[in-house]
Amino acid sequence: MATATTYNKDEIWDLLSEVKDPEIPVLSIIELGIAREVTIDENKVTVRITPTYSGCPAMNAIEKEIEKTLRVNGIQNFEVIKDFSETWTTDWMPEEAKKKLKEYGIAPPGRTEKDDDFLKNIKGSSRVIPCPYCDSTNTELQSEFGSTACKSQYYCHDCDEPFEHFKCI
Amino acid sequence: MSTATKELTKQEALFEYLIRLADDRLILGHRLSEWCGHGPILEEDIALANISLDYIGHAANLYEYAVEIEGKGRHRDDLVYFRNDPEYKNLKLVELPKGDFGFTIARQFLFSSYSYYLYQLLSDIEDEQFRGMVEKHFKEVKYHLRHSREWVLRLGDGTEESHERIQDAFDDIWTYVGEMFHQDDIDEVLQDEGLAADTASFKSDWKDLVADTLKEATLEVPDWDQFMVEGSRQGLHTEHLGHLLAEMQHLRRSYPDADWE
Repeated sequence: MATATTYNKDEIWDLLSEVKDPEIPVLSIIELGIAREVTIDENKVTVRITPTYSGCPAMNAIEKEIEKTLRVNGIQNFEVIKDFSETWTTDWMPEEAKKKLKEYGIAPPGRTEKDDDFLKNIKGSSRVIPCPYCDSTNTELQSEFGSTACKSQYYCHDCDEPFEHFKCI
Repeated sequence: MSTATKELTKQEALFEYLIRLADDRLILGHRLSEWCGHGPILEEDIALANISLDYIGHAANLYEYAVEIEGKGRHRDDLVYFRNDPEYKNLKLVELPKGDFGFTIARQFLFSSYSYYLYQLLSDIEDEQFRGMVEKHFKEVKYHLRHSREWVLRLGDGTEESHERIQDAFDDIWTYVGEMFHQDDIDEVLQDEGLAADTASFKSDWKDLVADTLKEATLEVPDWDQFMVEGSRQGLHTEHLGHLLAEMQHLRRSYPDADWE
């Protein structure tokens, strides 16, 4: 049976790249920035993860999926640690992952904007979100809340399709 | 000896402080979840359910940290399912029945704007783990504030009926807002250690934000100096909390050893 020593760090990262977000199955937990660090100490593998949204129900499923992936690959001695010391942000998402989101039909997040003056700009960002289907910028925000915690709802006035936007946070 | 006593006090105070924050969010989250399937429009049904989930997530994080601080090996669920109403320390404001959509929005606006200022201060807290949670929650609270503020404007400056309903909501709820700024020895002990926010420091900014928004919504600002209820942080509640807990806890208490796996 394989033990943790059989794997090096890169190989553990490869295993983690197989763990997808159950709500957005095109993205792995690495592309989402959920998996932050892998350490191997003697025989023990430790995976540090950062939760996305506080109430995201997918987080428990993701934790279980990481445990399952390690286990089926013969790793018994492991720990998955939820870490709050860094605050998760969509700025961690690489360009390639954003491209995958768009192909999947979700408008990807742009860079986050500084919101130190939140109350002055309380009406929200005037940023235009292009339609992921037809690239039109003639789109309108319908609701800041969508089918999952991480998405808002938009409507495209050119192709008349509703679409979701992965919020910049 | 004196050091040991002081440390114990700080630990106990932090536990209690975390419980108060968590209870507010759990109970309001539960109240909001009652809108799921009953929202006035689909988008709002989804929005309120999302905000409810955020609150329950915030509470889960805070309870988890509270039991860690307490160090008695309790699980966060023990706090949720096995405490009775006098042991809950949430504000009465959050336990009131959900009312109509106007009442829910009025409460959301008052609580979200208060949370906004509270979290802004807590973002500088002298505790890395607590601060990390707060920074995450803070991002979500901004969405909650923007959402509820927009609805206050829309309902206040909307139809005759929507105006009347949300004005009634603010009038009815006003007696419950004073408690948000009540502070006691728990707050004092922690403020000395840089572990709690001094709510008095943002009270006037908060009142300005509330008053400005209500005015913009063509609503009357109720009298700040009217009678305000108190006692929530000491476990005194309205009759509504018991009913909410009965619904939330009965399954867990009926099958205390049940497991999902």
